[in-house]
Amino acid sequence: MSDRMPPQVSTAAEWERRKRSVSQWIAFSLLGVGSLFGFFFLAFILYWIIRQGAPAITWEFLTDVPRNMATAGGIAPMIVGSVYLTLGSLLVAMPFALGSAIWLSEYAWKGWWVRAIRIGVNTLAGVPSIVFGLVGLGLFVYALNFGVSLLSGMCTLAMLTLPILIRASEEALRAVPRSFREGSLALGATRWTMIRTVVLPTALPGILTGSVLGMARAIGETAPIMFTATAFMISQPYPTSLLDKVSTLPYHLYALVQFNPFYTETKHIQYGIVFVLMVVVTLLNLTAIIWRTRVRRKKAW
Amino acid sequence: MVERLKEHHDAHAGSESQLLGDEMTVTRDWVKRKFFGETIVDVEGLDFFYGKNHALQDVSLRIPRDGVTAIMGPSGCGKSTFLRTLNRMYEVVPGARATGTVEFEGENLLKTDPVILRHKIGMVFQRPNPFPKSIFDNVAYGPRIHGLRNRKRLTEIAEDALRRAALWDEVKDRLKESALSLSGGQQQRLCIARALAVAPKVLLMDEPCSALDPKASDRIEQTARELAEELTVIIVTHNLQQAGRMSDHVAVFLAGGILAEFGPTRQVFDDPECEQVGDYLQGRFG
Repeated sequence: MSDRMPPQVSTAAEWERRKRSVSQWIAFSLLGVGSLFGFFFLAFILYWIIRQGAPAITWEFLTDVPRNMATAGGIAPMIVGSVYLTLGSLLVAMPFALGSAIWLSEYAWKGWWVRAIRIGVNTLAGVPSIVFGLVGLGLFVYALNFGVSLLSGMCTLAMLTLPILIRASEEALRAVPRSFREGSLALGATRWTMIRTVVLPTALPGILTGSVLGMARAIGETAPIMFTATAFMISQPYPTSLLDKVSTLPYHLYALVQFNPFYTETKHIQYGIVFVLMVVVTLLNLTAIIWRTRVRRKKAW
Repeated sequence: MVERLKEHHDAHAGSESQLLGDEMTVTRDWVKRKFFGETIVDVEGLDFFYGKNHALQDVSLRIPRDGVTAIMGPSGCGKSTFLRTLNRMYEVVPGARATGTVEFEGENLLKTDPVILRHKIGMVFQRPNPFPKSIFDNVAYGPRIHGLRNRKRLTEIAEDALRRAALWDEVKDRLKESALSLSGGQQQRLCIARALAVAPKVLLMDEPCSALDPKASDRIEQTARELAEELTVIIVTHNLQQAGRMSDHVAVFLAGGILAEFGPTRQVFDDPECEQVGDYLQGRFG
C-alpha cells in the first residue's frame, strides 16, 4: 500500500508539472513571436529604405541644389539647412539645459517646487512636437518678430530638445562621485569652484553624449520647424543669415510627398532623403554610444 | 598615576598655563624639547546632531599643536564625525548640526567661513580620491583655486608637496600622466601632497590606510609621522597598533559619541583611566 501511494502522487504532480511547463512554453513562444515582430519591422524598414534609397545616392545628389521643380538635382541645401538648425538648436538649448541641470543636481534642496520643476521638465518631453511648432510660430515668428527663419527654428527645436539635454546632463552630473566633490571642498573650494573645476570636467563626456542624442532626435523633426523655419523650394538655397528661411530634409520630403504634383517622378529622391536621414541619425547615435563606452572604460572610479 | 602627573608637572613648572595639555606626560623627546603643551584646536562643549541623532555629546579636549593626535574608538562612535567637525566637512550632509565652540587661531571655527578654514585645515580621506586629472594638476589644484597662476611657482609648490608626501621619486618623470594610473598607496600619498600644497597648519586624516595593503599603509604612516614635525596631524584610525606606533596623543571615543579618554598615547595604552577604554584597547570589543 505504502509503496503504491508514492507513484500515484507522483503522477498527479507530474501532470501538474507538465501542465505548467506547457503553459510556460506557450507564454514564451507568444512573447518571443512578439519581440520577433519588433525586430522584423526594423529589419523590414531598413531593407526597404536601403533598397529604394541607396540607388539615389550619387555625388550629385549629395552636393547639388534641386532642379526642375525638385524632380532632378540634389538635396545639398536640405542637408546644410538641417545641420544648421540642429547645431543651432543645440547652441541655444545648451546654456539653459546646463544651467538647470547644475541647479537641479547641485543646488536644489528637496521641496515641492523642485519636484514641480522636475515634473515640468519630464512633461515637456512628452508634449507633441506640433505643439512646439505652433508655440514657436506664435512666440518667435510673430511676437519676437524673428519671422519664418533659421533663428525661429533653432529656438523652437531648442524647446523640444531641452528636456532631453537637461535629463542627460543631470544624470552625468549626478554620476560624479561624492569623493571628488569632498576632495575639492576640503581644499578650500567654494561650491561653484568645485562645480567648475571638478564636477563639470568629469561630467563633460556624459553631457556631450546626451547632446548628441538630443541632436539625433531634433534632426528628424518636421512639425516644430514647418511653421517656423522652413519652406519648399526656397529661391535662395543656402541661408546667409539667421533670419533667412532654410530648406530641411524632413520638410522637403514632406512637401515632395504631400504637395508636389510630380509624386512618382520624385520617388527616388524621397527615398534618398530618408536614406540620408537614417544614416545621419545612425551615425549620431553610434558616436554617442562609442563615446560613452570609451569614457566608461577609461574611468576607474 | 597622580604622582606621575605631579612629577611631570614639577618638571615643567616653568609653564604658567594650567591647561590639561600641559599636565601630560610626553612620549617623544622632540615634542618635549621644542613645542610641548601648546594647543592648536581647543574644543569645548561640542555637541553634534545628525537630524535627531546625537552623534557627539559634550566633547571637550585640547589638541596639542605638536605631533600626531590619534582619534580612536569602536565603529559608529563618532570619531569621523569629530574629525569632520574640525574642517566643517560635515556640512555636506544635510541635517548635520554642531554646537559648542571649537577654537582655532582665536576664533570659533564653527562660526567662521568654511572656505578659508579648509585652506588652513587640510584633509585626507578614507579612500584615495584623486581627481581624474594629471598628477601635476592634482597637486596644483589647491594653489590654483586660490588664485595662483604662475607656472614656475606652481611647479615649485608641487615638487615640494610631492617630496614631503614621499611620492616625488616615483612620479617625477610622469607628472603629466593621469593620477588614476597610480596604485592605491600612491594615490593616497598624492592626496596627501594635494592637501600639503595649500600649506595647511593642520592635516586631518580619516582612516587613510583602511583601503590600503599593509606595505602601502606603512608608508603612509611613516609619511604622516614625518609630517608631524612641521604641522599638526590628527588621524582617525581603527588600527590599535598603528595608533600606538605613530601617535603622541590619543583620544578614545566610546559608543554614543562620548569622549572617554584623552592623553599621551603611552599613558592611555598602559594605564587607561576608563575601564571600557581598557577593554577596547585590549581588543575586547570594537
